[in-house]
Amino acid sequence: MQQIINFLIRYKNALLFLFLLLISLVFTVQSHSYHRSKFINSANFLSGGVYESVGGVQDYFKLKTYNEQLLEENARLRERIQRAKTTVPSSEDSLSMLSNIYKDSISQFEFIPAKVINNSYAKVDNFLTIKGGRREGIQKDMGVITSKGIVGVIDKVSGKYSTVLSVLNTNFTTNAQLQDTDHYGQLQWDGRNPNLAQLIDMQQQAPVAVGDTIETSGRSAIFPKGIPIGTVQDFKLDQSKNFFLITVKLINDMTNLGHVYVIENNDLEEIKAIEAASINEQ
Amino acid sequence: MSNNIVLNILRFLGLIIVQLYVFNNMNIFGYINPLPYVLFVIVFPFSANRSLYLFLAFLTGLTLDMFGNSGGIHAAACLFVAFSRPVVTRFVYGVSYEYNAVKLSKGTFYERVLFILILVVIHHLVFFSLEVFNIASILYILKKALITSVGTALFCVLFSILFSGRSE
Repeated sequence: MQQIINFLIRYKNALLFLFLLLISLVFTVQSHSYHRSKFINSANFLSGGVYESVGGVQDYFKLKTYNEQLLEENARLRERIQRAKTTVPSSEDSLSMLSNIYKDSISQFEFIPAKVINNSYAKVDNFLTIKGGRREGIQKDMGVITSKGIVGVIDKVSGKYSTVLSVLNTNFTTNAQLQDTDHYGQLQWDGRNPNLAQLIDMQQQAPVAVGDTIETSGRSAIFPKGIPIGTVQDFKLDQSKNFFLITVKLINDMTNLGHVYVIENNDLEEIKAIEAASINEQ
Repeated sequence: MSNNIVLNILRFLGLIIVQLYVFNNMNIFGYINPLPYVLFVIVFPFSANRSLYLFLAFLTGLTLDMFGNSGGIHAAACLFVAFSRPVVTRFVYGVSYEYNAVKLSKGTFYERVLFILILVVIHHLVFFSLEVFNIASILYILKKALITSVGTALFCVLFSILFSGRSE
């Protein structure tokens, strides 16, 4: 007994070192597996508040860019309204039918605006912190986009802040497809260049060409179909010779994000319930 | 003594704030993100209780992890710096360490740079190994750690020159 106590006293610093190292390694391993990191994240009042105060100053320098982005988005939306008006048929029957379809497709997804207060892009696993949390109706696993295209998925949520798992995160993955055909693959990031992502498992038969637009496929409940991701910069066959490995140039400049939209899927619970039911039957 | 504590708290807050507001947004050549906050762990009083020192180094890293959503990689890296500092001190300052009177500003400039550089390299090797977390990318880890170390060490030496000597 005496010896054990002596041993503990003698090596107390080494033991403390090993103990603390163990804790930090547990945190690290958790952070490398998707949705496991429970304790340490920036969606809390302290880091959220600190980031918000800096974000306020930086906003003034970026006002011009934000204005241009808004103008661009307005122009695009106006164009879409014009096109919709000209294609509406005159018959009253088909009009009510069309408006019903339109209403359905609109009400499935709702968009919650939020402001980016911290953004990282130089690390291997990048996160954003946004102002907006449970109070605004934001929940885990909602999609995040800008007016141009995809940004990431909500990871942790507190009352006023949330963290976003960025596209630039090795744990991020989503379904993506070619704009013109329905061939799809998995979008990933290799942790190197913040402008380029990788699209894997795209069928060899797909008619891929440099410059083609890649968009979300709507196969998951997170993103609706047709949100732009980027353009094909380069493609080659992978080792199995059956699938394409496509380098995608991201449409968003991930190093310069100001305002984003969080996508709320109103049918999420229904989709989850029916998926869970079909898994249970197997 | 209490003066010393206040000084260290101010240094802690100052370095963390500078790290978060300035250096985390810095991307030199699109590649280097200096981490000069580690200077707090490097210049922590040499006469302090060792258990307390280890614990504070861990907390410093954990604070950065909280802001950066990085799990525990800063904490582990700082812990390694704190644990290996006595060995590095003995290596760089030699016999004067035995008198427990080492002060960064008392050694020669060469000693100070070497001391900071070794500890920064230790920090960055652990940091990038845990961040990439893939043994297959070992060359990438080494390259990134060494290049970033030069950037961090440069800022650490600048800070230590700027803010030392005032107390004497």
